[in-house]
Amino acid sequence: MSDSKDKQNSSADLVRVSGVRFAFGTRPVYDDLSLSVERGKVTAIMGPSGCGKSTLLNFVGGRLKPDAGSVMVDSVEVPGLGRRGLYQLRKRMGMMFQRSALLTDMNVFDNIAFPIRQNTDLPEPLIRHMVLFKLEMVGLRGARDLMPAELSGGMARRVALARAIALDPMLVMYDEPFTGLDPISMGVIVKLIREVNDALGMTSVVVTHDVKEGCSIADYVYLLAHGTVIGQGTPEELNTSQSPEVRQFMGGLPDGPVGYHYPADEFVSDLFTGA
Amino acid sequence: MDWVRQLGRWALENMQRWGRSGLFLLSTLAASVLVLRRFELVVQQVFAVGVLTLIIILVSGLFVGMVLGLQGYYTLVDFGAESSLGLVVALSLTRELGPVLTALLFAGRAGSALTAEIGLMKATDQLAAMEMMAVDPVRRVIAPRFLAGFVSMPLLAALFTAVGVWGGNLVGVGLLGVDSGVYWSAMRDGVDVYEDVLNGVIKSLVFGFMVTWIAVFEGYDAVPTSEGVSRATTRTVVNASLVVLALDFILTSLMFE
Repeated sequence: MSDSKDKQNSSADLVRVSGVRFAFGTRPVYDDLSLSVERGKVTAIMGPSGCGKSTLLNFVGGRLKPDAGSVMVDSVEVPGLGRRGLYQLRKRMGMMFQRSALLTDMNVFDNIAFPIRQNTDLPEPLIRHMVLFKLEMVGLRGARDLMPAELSGGMARRVALARAIALDPMLVMYDEPFTGLDPISMGVIVKLIREVNDALGMTSVVVTHDVKEGCSIADYVYLLAHGTVIGQGTPEELNTSQSPEVRQFMGGLPDGPVGYHYPADEFVSDLFTGA
Repeated sequence: MDWVRQLGRWALENMQRWGRSGLFLLSTLAASVLVLRRFELVVQQVFAVGVLTLIIILVSGLFVGMVLGLQGYYTLVDFGAESSLGLVVALSLTRELGPVLTALLFAGRAGSALTAEIGLMKATDQLAAMEMMAVDPVRRVIAPRFLAGFVSMPLLAALFTAVGVWGGNLVGVGLLGVDSGVYWSAMRDGVDVYEDVLNGVIKSLVFGFMVTWIAVFEGYDAVPTSEGVSRATTRTVVNASLVVLALDFILTSLMFE
């Protein structure tokens, strides 16, 4: 695995995570995790389910604090921010949740207008323009009056994407954007993430366990397992990597260096110790 | 020794819940002051919490008043004291049954709905999404609901009492033949504005505060799964009812001598 990225050039990085350690209670999630996200690029963070990829997004968004280490976004140390600073920073971030998380008591239009109305004093006609522009991008301008419960899973995901980019943020985070979608909707989301990133000049972080889709849009990929980075590089570099851990994940092999078994006592002794 | 450990864990968990609910109340109160500037949010919630609870309050008030009329009359008539029926009905309602029964019904109808709604918003990441959109969910979701509950409770208790007094009149005067003038004048002479009515209003304010606090806290603190929300909803109704009845005893012993 080659380190193709120039780590010295920190101003090119929008997000820098270094030396992060974190545990949920007694279960360790991260042990000395370091990675960085370059401006203007789509960075995919991939790894097996349950390795704490979403937790990483919560650090970047300031919803969780790591036990140790630093999380910098646009040269600001996120865990050290006070409430006001955190909310200022979040106005420049968008996040798309795995379960879409649309507000169920308002229609599609109002959902996308919500962050604009809450965070700006823009006049309503301008807000309407902004919302329709974003809806047109995701192809749902005609669905503006529908309620979230009336949307299919794929449509809800697209509305959530439109809402995440409503304020033209510098950074968009996608938490498992491809999970549970039919192939067509999945293709649409894959295309949209790339298009939105390039058309609006954003920086995107995609957390996913879908290797094929992740690799198809990412400029740079980090592979996480056992709480740390086990491989990084462009998708081509990872696909040709000789590292057994990287090959296991990229090839989808059930067992290997990334264990198939949840940690447990030895099987035979477990069987005979009685209930 | 296992039960000692379990007892310890249970105690710790409950102490932590108390702490969390106290901190939560402080941030809710702070946000409530701010949310007064977005008054339309509160009005929406007064509709959801208060207006939609009206029917059950009015119907219950009517029946409770009618039962009071019947029971009061049968007891009083043995002593030839049926002229005091209006007073008995009015005092029972303003001092006790109005605030207490309204609070219990309110916990069952509005409190459970608040907990379930907030808990489901949490379980579907809506609260997290708001945070990430730089919108404080305590200010946008919790505070308007808390204020609405606090405002609605005394109004609902007042309506419950009023309808109850009318229900007592319906039975006592209309059915059992107590003189209408006697019914109302006994009430006017015997019910004191401060001693009875004001104390009743204070009770309903306290109950409204407690029930709504419990309801929004349980929703906000719910384990974000379907089971967690269901347990939180149950806890709201059970805890709110117990708190109302216990506080009613304390308040009554302080207020009336």
